Order: sequence, then C-alpha cells, then structure tokens
Amino acid sequence: MNVLAPIGRAFLGLLAQIGRLSLFLAAAVTSCFRPPIYWFHILQQFMRIGYFSLPVVGLTAFFTGGALALQIYLGGNRYGAEAIVPQIVVLGITRELGPVIAGLMVAGRVAAAIAAEIGTMRVTEQIDALTTLATNPIKYLVVPRLVAAVITMPILVAIGDSIGVFGGYVVSTQSLGFSSGIYLKNTVDFVTHGDVRSGLIKAAFFGFIIALMGCYNGFHSKGGAQGVGAATTNAVVSSSILILAANYLLTSILFVK
Amino acid sequence: MAATPKIELRGVKKRFGPKVVLDGIDLVINPGESLVVIGGSGTGKSVTIKCVLGILRPDAGQIFVDGEEVTHIGGRRRDAMLRKFGMLFQGAALFDSLTVWENVAFGLIQGRGMARGKAKDIAIAKLAKVGLGAEVAGLSPSELSGGMQKRVGLARAIAADPEIIFFDEPTTGLDPIMADIINDLIVDTVKDVGATTLSITHDMVSARKIADRIAMLYKGKIIWHGPTKDIDASGNPYVDQFIHGRAEGPIKMEVKA
Repeated sequence: MNVLAPIGRAFLGLLAQIGRLSLFLAAAVTSCFRPPIYWFHILQQFMRIGYFSLPVVGLTAFFTGGALALQIYLGGNRYGAEAIVPQIVVLGITRELGPVIAGLMVAGRVAAAIAAEIGTMRVTEQIDALTTLATNPIKYLVVPRLVAAVITMPILVAIGDSIGVFGGYVVSTQSLGFSSGIYLKNTVDFVTHGDVRSGLIKAAFFGFIIALMGCYNGFHSKGGAQGVGAATTNAVVSSSILILAANYLLTSILFVK
Repeated sequence: MAATPKIELRGVKKRFGPKVVLDGIDLVINPGESLVVIGGSGTGKSVTIKCVLGILRPDAGQIFVDGEEVTHIGGRRRDAMLRKFGMLFQGAALFDSLTVWENVAFGLIQGRGMARGKAKDIAIAKLAKVGLGAEVAGLSPSELSGGMQKRVGLARAIAADPEIIFFDEPTTGLDPIMADIINDLIVDTVKDVGATTLSITHDMVSARKIADRIAMLYKGKIIWHGPTKDIDASGNPYVDQFIHGRAEGPIKMEVKA
C-alpha cells in the first residue's frame, strides 16, 4: 500500500468539500436577490433565530459581564488599578465577548436546529418534493434563514451587550463597592460608537456563518437518523470554529489600522 | 407511433464515483400511457426518475419531455417543465411543518401563485378524490397513518392536474389491503386527470394492476419491455425469475455490498 494515498485522499476530500461549500454559498447569496422572496418565512425565522435565542444570549451575557468585572477587579488590584473596571468591562463586552459569546450560543442553538430540520427534510425526500413542486429549495429554505440570521444577530448582540454591561455593573456595585453613579458615568464616557459598531458588524458575519453552516450541512446530510446527527454535529462544530476564526480576522481588519 | 412521446430517454448514463447505476437507458413513454419500471433494489429505478426531474444530472444521454430536450435546462425553464409533473414519493415526503391541506395545495400556492382560499378548496376536493374527508385537512402529517400519508401524497401529486405523474414505490410499506386501495386510487385518479404515468416498483401485484406496459431494469439497462399481458410469456429468464420471485436464476443478488 502506498502510504501517501490516504493523505492524498483526505486532501482531495477537503478540496471537494470546499468546492461544494463555495457553490452552495454562491447559489444562496445570488438567490437572496432574485424573486420570489418568502417574506413570511423570513419573519418566521426572525422569531426562531432571534427572539427565542434572547434568554440564552441574555443569561450568558449577564454572567460573562459579572465574571469579567470580578476578574478585572482582582487583576487590577495587583497594580492598584481596580478603578478601571467599568471601562474594561464595556470595552471587552462590546468589542469581543458580546458578539463571540452570543455567536457561540446561537451556533449551538440555531445551527443545530437548522441542520437537523433541513437534514431530516433531505433524508425524507422533502427537499426533492419541493423541487418537483416547482419551488427552489435554496430560495424556500436557505434564503429566509440567512437573511433572518444576518439581521437578527446584531440586534441580539446589542441587547446582549447591554445585559453584559449590566452584569458587570451589578457585580461591581453590589460586591466590589463601586458607586452606581460613577460606574455608569465611566462606562458611558469611555465607550465609543466605534466599539459598539465593530461588535455589531462582527455579529452580522457570525449570523451569516451560523445560518450558512446549518443549511449547508443539513442539505448535504446522507443516510437516515445517523446522517442527520452527523450533520447537526458538523454544523455546530464548523460554525463555532469559523466564528472564532472570523472573529480574529474581523478584529484585525476593524481595529488594526 | 406517429405521436411525439411524452417522455423519452436516450442512452442515459449516471454513475456515482466508481459505481455505474444507469448504463445507457432507452425508454419511451407515450401520451396517456402508464409505464411501470420493475427491478430489484438498487438497480437504478429511483435514479432514472430523478434524472428526468432534474434532481440528478445524467452523465451522458438525452431526456426529452414533449419532444423538447430537458437534459440540461435549469432555472425558469426547468420550473416550467416541472409544472407538468406530479410525483408521489416512496415515503410520501409530506412537509411536516405544514398542515395536510397546505401540503396538497403547496404546488398551487408556491408554484403557481394561487390565492390561499381558492387553493384550499381545490385541496379539499382532491383529498375527497383519494377518500379523505375535510376533517383531516387541518391535521399535521405526523398525525396520519402510513396509508393516509400516501393518500395525501397522491392528492398533492394530482393537485395541479399534472400531465405526467411519477410514482416511486407507491405500495412499499403498506399492508396488502391498503396497497390494493392505493393501486385502485392510482388507476382511478390517473384516468380522471388523463395523465401519463411512470411508476417504479418491485411489487408485481401493483405493477400488473396499474401498468399498460412494463419495462424491466437490470444492472442499469432496460432488459425487457412490453405490454403487461405479455410479461408471463416474455421468454426472458431474468424477467421470469423476477416476476415469480425466485431466489435461483440468472439474477444474482449482491448480498455483499
């Protein structure tokens, strides 16, 4: 046996995967601008992707903000710089932790749900049935999810940012001895539009990644229940990794001038 | 045979990786005719249907519908062609996010832009044709038995009065009595709408009942075709073995995959 053969096979498999994903991406994006647009489905996905993710995103943002305040206080204490808590909390939440934590939580919730739903439709021939009923499955299934995710993620992150900052505020004022007025004044004075905007831009990209990976893995699932399970896992894992990779890239584009 | 065939396949080939599934299929279906393709599992029956519908692209050969070549068309021309078709899937492939009547009316509302109220009336009329009352119209497909799901699938296939209907294993997974009911429904409804039909099955009882003509697919080729009444005197050992369901004969089942 040739020892190089498995390496070559894996590499070719990877290239084929990238090719398939690129074609899927191109078809999905061009379909966004061609009628028919299923407005009702977009609204439906707003609810499912955005509204129902609020509790998860809100809770994680609250605890993240609280833990962040505590860590900065303890770390800053070593240099006598504990007063900087409000500034670092708001910066950390709006620029990094708000979008990334929300992105990862929504990836777990939504990418999995999308992949499972579309994957089941694939293995039960519902997607073929759509085609035979003269309905383009990309326009009917993928476009509403993509559009809804790209629009709702920044809104979710904006809300999550506020809750995260509030979490830091609660911990700082209740257990770290900050005065409420000074904490809020320092927060508001320090944060800039750019900080918030960059986080929201990241959020839109993360939303796109989540919907794309959910739809792509669902669309290409094979076999029965096992195939759908694998598609769901792949959707969550690939969207999480891509979110973190994209986060680094976007940070370097948005902040390093 | 002066009339243009409704559907014609010329030398259609399809392979998946190294596995040749269709090895040059030639098939003619005349207007108003009911053709049944028989063959064992994995002989390419489903792939043949999916090639005609454009769900799969053949590697070689040509497919004509009403004399027009449709092998490589896409977009709007494909949608226009698909409006001539109705299809009953093996597992019914009902959309589980929609109610029964919305499933039946799907092609009318999404494919043809009909108003919902009017489409609902037609859907209920079609459900009545397959022996289902208006009370099931508002149910979800998961609340129905397998036989009832098949009936709804049949109602959806005939909803838009298609010129051509495909049946993929219409009786698989049903008890003999329900299978016979479905066979009767197929014969009746097809007569009713005057459609040309192509069915694939390995159920000989079903094939004898619904077919005007039978073709047998073996190893990616049509090895015999003729009127239904001639099938017992085909003189073809492969056909004889298949229709009598004998384990011994020229057809060797590939037990090892």
